[in-house]
Amino acid sequence: MTPTENTSGKPEPTDPHDARATAGTGAHPATVESTLPVVGLLDETGARVQDSRFSPWIEDLGRQEIEEIYRSMLRARRLDEMATSLQRQGQMVLWPPLRGQEAAQVASARALGTEDYVFPSYREHAVILERGIPAEEMMTQFRGHTASSWKPSETRTQIYSLVLGAQVPHAVGYAMGITQDQKLAAEEGQNPPPEAAVLVYYGDGASTEGEVHESMVFAASYDAPVVFFVQNNQWAISVPFSTQSRVPLATRAAGYGFEGVRVDGNDPLAVLAVTRWALAEARQGRGPVMIEAETFRLGAHTTADDPTKYRRTDEEQLWAPRDPLLRTRNLLEREYGAEDVWFQGVEDETSEWIKATRAGILAGGPVDLEQRFDVVYATDHPLVAEERGWYREYQDSFVEEDNDDAADASGPRGLGREEQA
Amino acid sequence: MSDTKESTLRTTMAKALTLGMRRAMSEDRSVLLMGEDIGSLGGVYRVTEGLKADFGAHRVRDTPLGEAGIVGTAIGMAMRGYRPVCEIQFDGFTFPAFNQITTQLAKMHARTNGDVAVPVTIRIPNGGVIGSVEHHSESPEALFAHTAGLRIVTPSTPQDAYWMIQQSIACPDPVIFLEPKRRYWLKGEVNLLQPNTPDPFSAQVVREGEQLTLVAWGPLVPVAMAAAEAASQDGRSVEVVDLRSLSPVDFDTLEASVNHTGRMVIAHEAPVFGGLGGEIASRITDRCFYSLEAPVQRVGGYHLPYPPAGVEEEYVPDLDRILDAIDRAFAY
Ligand SMILES: Cc1ncc(C[n+]2csc(CCOP(=O)(O)OP(=O)(O)O)c2C)c(N)n1
Ligand SMILES: [Mg+2]
Repeated sequence: MTPTENTSGKPEPTDPHDARATAGTGAHPATVESTLPVVGLLDETGARVQDSRFSPWIEDLGRQEIEEIYRSMLRARRLDEMATSLQRQGQMVLWPPLRGQEAAQVASARALGTEDYVFPSYREHAVILERGIPAEEMMTQFRGHTASSWKPSETRTQIYSLVLGAQVPHAVGYAMGITQDQKLAAEEGQNPPPEAAVLVYYGDGASTEGEVHESMVFAASYDAPVVFFVQNNQWAISVPFSTQSRVPLATRAAGYGFEGVRVDGNDPLAVLAVTRWALAEARQGRGPVMIEAETFRLGAHTTADDPTKYRRTDEEQLWAPRDPLLRTRNLLEREYGAEDVWFQGVEDETSEWIKATRAGILAGGPVDLEQRFDVVYATDHPLVAEERGWYREYQDSFVEEDNDDAADASGPRGLGREEQA
Repeated sequence: MSDTKESTLRTTMAKALTLGMRRAMSEDRSVLLMGEDIGSLGGVYRVTEGLKADFGAHRVRDTPLGEAGIVGTAIGMAMRGYRPVCEIQFDGFTFPAFNQITTQLAKMHARTNGDVAVPVTIRIPNGGVIGSVEHHSESPEALFAHTAGLRIVTPSTPQDAYWMIQQSIACPDPVIFLEPKRRYWLKGEVNLLQPNTPDPFSAQVVREGEQLTLVAWGPLVPVAMAAAEAASQDGRSVEVVDLRSLSPVDFDTLEASVNHTGRMVIAHEAPVFGGLGGEIASRITDRCFYSLEAPVQRVGGYHLPYPPAGVEEEYVPDLDRILDAIDRAFAY
């Protein structure tokens, strides 16, 4: 074979790991049938399904809360669309869309109590909004303006982790800290600190990383009050779930010695109920717990991705009727007689919010590189101090040259000269 | 068709890598590719595009999402007689595999007293200025260079990309193959009949000069060439060396150059502190002390985590910072 372009024209050989061979089922050919049921409290038409174990966990939920869930999901979706279009306009370096995962994110975040703590992965934009973090702030990282976006100390929400799985052991350690607080308080005869739990998010792809498995062992070993929330959106970029696992991820929990629950991730009521239950278990020392939210990434992996390269559009069509917004709308119409005008009202108020948010996002600019020298270490560091000096001196040399040579329209030497690559 | 038409090809660095791997896979059935998204998608940079279609899923493996797993199982396959070529998706995601790379891959040959060779190639898109988010723009070469048992190469042209990937795959030692990701679309001539050098672990003088030796590799070679050109307009004659191999370093070529020019500037994207430039400066000072007109100057990243994209161009050496380093070398 000559080393030239591929001209073989051969059809791609059948690959059991190729999603195109298993489209729609997402199953590994040697899949072990799981007996774990998928918890659902709403069917696709928005009709309620009773579940003796989990329905009680949302008994208090009235029309107003369901409307709020709908509103939050709509905001997340419209923000996602806006971010995607901003990226296309060159205003964002990258954006990972969450479309399709609104229920899994909004409902799980709404289950959190005031003492609980969150460790997100990197696509949990709806969780971040639910935590009260302004969208403008969340976007700075994806605009390439800041290293991260919000303050964990003020939001009880860790920053995004772009190294997949790396945040999972941190969540376990944080949870170990919660039980440590309790032990120290008991030792010193003080009142026990308030109960708290940690909720950590990761994806079906990330579930393969070794650190995630080690985290499970540590969590079990130390009875850590942590809830592992895996959003199984069926894809890790182009790699289908069948490559990561033969079994639903929730079934793995039993192997580590704790309970795993599968939940319909596009059913906000089921996600809310299961996460409330799981956090309560964890807070009361009966954790850890794993939740696998079965959902689907309706959009591209990121704005740099083209899903037509690796998945069939009929798979997207298969999931379209399970759209969480559609389902919640059905519920509101069916159960509370919500009318078009109400939905239109929410849509209008969301677009107002989007307009203001968009303006806020565009108003921001990148941090100074010099600011980065301030934050590498918590205390003074001579090497950083010296190199900051180099940086400053170098920057100042342009200013001096500018003054010396104000007539030179090309400015400081070399600036404006293109690399001749 | 004339001979020259068949023997050369104008293409991008990314395509040259694809062609090189296709040829290596055609010539040796023990060569196989492993990595995240390298199959149907062809890799996030499309460097493996079309290879799964040509060679099958058993030779182009879309792996589960675990870098330690990718490198660890590649080592096992190498023990069984295969020549795995692993793709790590981005430089910043090499670290989950760092244990396998440094304690296992690098040391297997020595630990088995030379009995077991592990001819694994690890391809890593490397370096910054791609306008991305954190962990996508790192330059970790010094971490690998500090580890005995690994060879490290990085091409800066399609010609070298095409040949050096094949030479790395053929090498009985493990090779860290750093691909300058911001140059994937750089076009150039590829001579399909002959590499620039039969030994990929060598440096090359890519521009001759009289007064200063400017050393760069991978993504900074085009910037170094532009800096040499700009310096020549100021009447300074700069020789540019493309280091190509970061372990081993071809000190003979550097020494010959510095003995001729009397000055040296080393530019890299990685931070200056603990960077490869320090090792090169020290050895060249030892070897060329009496030829040097000035201390060897270095220019690179600051002692900071790689910064947000909005300010990355102030962090990574550009034309002006390299010219500034050249000025410093001439100031003595
Ligand atoms: C350690 C590590 N390896 C590789 C990557 C590159 N990468 C980013 S996202 C992604 C797929 C993640 O899939 P999943 O965990 O299912 O999350 P999803 O993207 O579906 O939300 C990959 C391979 C990374 N960010 N970190
Ligand atoms: Mg996924």
